Amino acid sequence: MPFVNGRRRVGYDAGFRVWAGMGAAFTREKIRVCLKNREKGLWVMKHIAISILGAATLGLMASAASATTLDTVKAKGFIQCGVSTGLAGFSAPDDKGDWQGIDADFCRAVAAAVFGDGTKVKFTPLSAKERFTALQSGEVDILSRNTTWTINRDTALGLNFVGTTYYDGQGFMINAKKLPGVNSALQLSGAAVCVQSGTTTELNLADYFKANKMEYNPVVFEKLEEVNAAYDAGRCDVYTTDQSGLYGIRLTLGAPADHVVLPEIISKEPLGPAVRQGDDQWYHIVKWTYFALLDAEELGITKANVDEMKNSASPEIKRVLGQEADTKIGTDLGVSNDWVVNIVKAVGNYGEMFDRNVGSGSPLKIARGINALWTKGGLQYAPPIR
Amino acid sequence: MASQEVLREEPSRASLINDPKVRSIFYQCLVVALLVSGVWWIVHNTIVNLTNLHIASGFAFLRGRAGFDISDTAIAYTSDSTYGRAIIVGLINTLIVAFVGIITATIIGFIVGIGRLSKNWLIQKICTVYVEVFRNIPPLLVIFFWYSGVLAVLPAPRDSINLPFGSFLNQRGFYFPRAVWGDGSWLIPVGLLVGIAMAWFVARKAHQRQMATGQQFPVFWTSLALIIGLPLLAYVLSGFPVTFDFPKQSTFNLTGGFVVKPEFLSLYLALSFYTAAFIAEIVRAGIRGVAKGQSEASSALGLRAGQALRLVVVPQAMRIVIPPLASQYLNLTKNSSLAIAIGYPDLTATTGTVLNQTGQAVECVVIMMVIYLAISLLTSLFMNWFNAKMALVER
Repeated sequence: MPFVNGRRRVGYDAGFRVWAGMGAAFTREKIRVCLKNREKGLWVMKHIAISILGAATLGLMASAASATTLDTVKAKGFIQCGVSTGLAGFSAPDDKGDWQGIDADFCRAVAAAVFGDGTKVKFTPLSAKERFTALQSGEVDILSRNTTWTINRDTALGLNFVGTTYYDGQGFMINAKKLPGVNSALQLSGAAVCVQSGTTTELNLADYFKANKMEYNPVVFEKLEEVNAAYDAGRCDVYTTDQSGLYGIRLTLGAPADHVVLPEIISKEPLGPAVRQGDDQWYHIVKWTYFALLDAEELGITKANVDEMKNSASPEIKRVLGQEADTKIGTDLGVSNDWVVNIVKAVGNYGEMFDRNVGSGSPLKIARGINALWTKGGLQYAPPIR
Repeated sequence: MASQEVLREEPSRASLINDPKVRSIFYQCLVVALLVSGVWWIVHNTIVNLTNLHIASGFAFLRGRAGFDISDTAIAYTSDSTYGRAIIVGLINTLIVAFVGIITATIIGFIVGIGRLSKNWLIQKICTVYVEVFRNIPPLLVIFFWYSGVLAVLPAPRDSINLPFGSFLNQRGFYFPRAVWGDGSWLIPVGLLVGIAMAWFVARKAHQRQMATGQQFPVFWTSLALIIGLPLLAYVLSGFPVTFDFPKQSTFNLTGGFVVKPEFLSLYLALSFYTAAFIAEIVRAGIRGVAKGQSEASSALGLRAGQALRLVVVPQAMRIVIPPLASQYLNLTKNSSLAIAIGYPDLTATTGTVLNQTGQAVECVVIMMVIYLAISLLTSLFMNWFNAKMALVER
């Protein structure tokens, strides 16, 4: 009977406890015991608080430790490669959706060195603004995205550039049909200039116009496609970016023949891949992949003849291709000894990579110029593999 | 009675564990401790990880030379200015577009909102279509519509559309003559201020007279005459000191004059038109929320429809309208960060550039969050004050 026992009538709270089958726990005797154990109860609360704080500290320590990049890459079975959102010749998806270009091929070369298979790469398209954060946070393993090597990026940003896969310089492109009289960048005072935000290009532009006492209206966008669209629509008179980029972008415009690239080069833009600081092994693998591409070209090892070259009489070629007896060059680096063979089989040597993507074998038709090997008067020079 | 017995015994079972007050204090302390340790953990973890990744941190970078140019600058800024100043330039641009956007959206919103309640079939339908179209399109698309769909298809600078008073319209923006203030032109703003002060005084006197005698005075036309007439008089008296700098054709663009860039225009128009659709609905709801008897009583007292709306219905509707209006103002301000899509240098865009040039991602994002939070809190503080002022005061 619900109302025989007076205790049930003290209120909703007590009734609820009885209903929940917890009445026995709250008899008067138990309450008195609890009163006596008041201090013990406080101790329990304190203990809980301490253990929560301790757990938080433990979580912190657990998150601070991490595996090496090579181990992580091997465990997941592919390399995550940060590329541009689409720049012809460097990294752009083709009509089948496969990424093509020097930057994309460089990641394939690293994958070939690590896995012996150049296809084990996944590409992450990054805007200029996203690229460094993506690398710093570990979202990508290599940033191979026509990125200029500067001291600030090597120090304050915590990156390590591995080398210069393409020596570039900043230039200007105009629509010659709309501006027939202009044939030098020094005539550009008062122009509206389209530029991508957060790039070294943006800084060089400001410096160049300031140094030559010229005025300009910056028209700045975050994404390359937005800059292209604004220039094509006539929002600005001039497009400025790396010269190689200008040639690539010209192909995507409505009427490529109307546009000319002005002769002035206003900056040094050494473009190359970068990795995170603090992992020397990974840094060395990526750096020596770049050198291996150059050494292969210098020694005449190509995609077509690499298997014959393994039996070459030259001790140097045999050493580079890992055919020397008891060689440890590859394993010391953290990859297999036939790593150079794998690289060349996947993407060819540096010269082949250049010709296929930006050189004579591509729609861009850019001459090797300063990107030729040092033996042919260019700047590309690699330390020996020995 | 048994129940009384239990109640009387209450003080004796004063176990701290069962004391609701102690319990609630304990749980509140526990939540605060968890929150503080959680925040401390995030901050500490971030600092440790940044150090491990060899990434510089701290806010010292704000004093570094920016090196990049910004297209729209309300304060003096060159590439030699600091990163901190670049962020301030962006902040001012955000405030400008938010301020003019809020004013325009409010005006359009009130007109359309009242228009939706019009007895005129055509006006009512036009306003309904406006609201339904703009309310149901994402703001980013509205911005692109104005930028790529309207302003980008205007002619190139060489074939600019000539507008009256030496103004031009082309795809690079809207150019109009800029006033150059010569000697003695200080008299004009003084005239304007005196005009405004006198208009206010006249309005007060007229109100007092109407209260006392019931006679009305044409306040609106008198004020208009004072506010426009006095500066004009000052202009004539000081010997026509203002000249105009007209935009002229040069190699690339029109030079001289004052230019409103298409990036600003499209952002401003898109935000105004988008938010106005919401404000229109709020205004309509406010007016519908005023009992029908109020307007019937006003017409019984002999007020015309316009007077009834202005003097009886809208003041009561404002009490319903103001709180949701504040949310729309906050929305407009925050939506202005979509400027980045069309390259208007607002706070998000310039801070984003600073982030990218310095690599100080955490710091820049914190700066942006703090600034947007401050703008929003100040706006809602102002709207709360305005709401309290407009609230019904019972006598």
